[in-house]
Amino acid sequence: MAVPIKHVLGILVDNLRIRESVMPLSRRRSIGWAKGLNIPKGGKTVIYTGLMYQLMPSIIAMEKMTSKFADSWISNFYGLGRAINKVISITPFMTWTDAAEKEIFDRILRNIAKLLQVADVDFGYLYEEELYAGALVHDEGINDVFEAHTHKVYKRLKKHNIEKVITVDPHTTDMLKSVYPKIIKDYQLEVKSYLEVLAESNLHPVKRIEQDIVIHDSCVYARYEGIIDQPRQLLENAGAKIIEPLNTKKMTYCCGGPVESLFPIKARTIADNRIEQLASVGKNSVTMCPICFINLKTAAEKNDFSVKDISDYLVEAYCDH
Amino acid sequence: MSKVNPDFVVKISGFTEFNAFACMNCGSCTALCPMGIDLLPRRMFRHVMLGLEDKVLENTENVFSCLLCKMCEENCPKDVPIVENIKSIRWYINREIFKLGKG
Repeated sequence: MAVPIKHVLGILVDNLRIRESVMPLSRRRSIGWAKGLNIPKGGKTVIYTGLMYQLMPSIIAMEKMTSKFADSWISNFYGLGRAINKVISITPFMTWTDAAEKEIFDRILRNIAKLLQVADVDFGYLYEEELYAGALVHDEGINDVFEAHTHKVYKRLKKHNIEKVITVDPHTTDMLKSVYPKIIKDYQLEVKSYLEVLAESNLHPVKRIEQDIVIHDSCVYARYEGIIDQPRQLLENAGAKIIEPLNTKKMTYCCGGPVESLFPIKARTIADNRIEQLASVGKNSVTMCPICFINLKTAAEKNDFSVKDISDYLVEAYCDH
Repeated sequence: MSKVNPDFVVKISGFTEFNAFACMNCGSCTALCPMGIDLLPRRMFRHVMLGLEDKVLENTENVFSCLLCKMCEENCPKDVPIVENIKSIRWYINREIFKLGKG
């Protein structure tokens, strides 16, 4: 018995339609990371998290549950779960998350905001008004619901007179930069990944990274958006030696993450294959996407191999603590 | 025995245009797929173009297993928009079979 694709997708799409996110998050979960950073509300330029990093602990929990129940009698009840979820959100019960995992993803967002502050970028944040950009529903081909959601997101941005967004992950970057303009007429929004913004700034390292780092490009950054040089430039400027694995840049190899919600076992195999490639050329690796990060980090647990988000390296090199 | 139905490709193109007519079956996509799905994308696209709906639906799990990583598309000598085509098939299955996305 396989995972019931229809019901898993149904729960995600119902959540987006009813609760504006594939997995609803509490206010604290969504914006808690920004506490103490004194980021103003709104502004012409905003950091746009698209809730991707905040969603990761829930996605991990869902993947664990899907793996556990994929071949059990419990999978017969996904349909019932979906029916209940339309009335009462069951996602928090399906995705019981770990505090330590939440802290890792909050730290990454804090790193990114600190780096933008050190680079003298003038930016605000929409806090609880920020919406998920809809990448998962778009990728699964639920176009009708996705399109309706894009209009909600754009309307929200325009309500706050936002002209430029700085994205923090490849999936939200691709949505806002390349997918939304094909759907929304007269779309006017400048979209840049924080890696592009930092690479164009005058950031100077305060500490050198004395390490050889194996780089793992995100498929979406490299093949969809052509963001390849910026992470290398930022790491090399701080003294890191970049090691290119077998599949790299435009020929990068997927982390398996895109199928983790429906086929966690297949996702794990892909991640294991990628870890084998990365670990054959070094001991420390860097990722720049929350999905790559968690998939590869989990796969690397059995190896003596480190997987770090790029912001962890950059904050050490460019921010004076 | 499946019946050829040339209208099927039009139904699949309901949201975005399905376009695999330039595919010359070279097999680069299949050889490079990290998922190792023998069926995707070229044989699946042939099923769509021939209108073999039952063959497409038999392989629903493969359709949703695609990583959308674009390794195949990056190396396609005929620039077939492979990922958009996969999403068109997903859209059709979601709408017509799973009854998702109409609300």
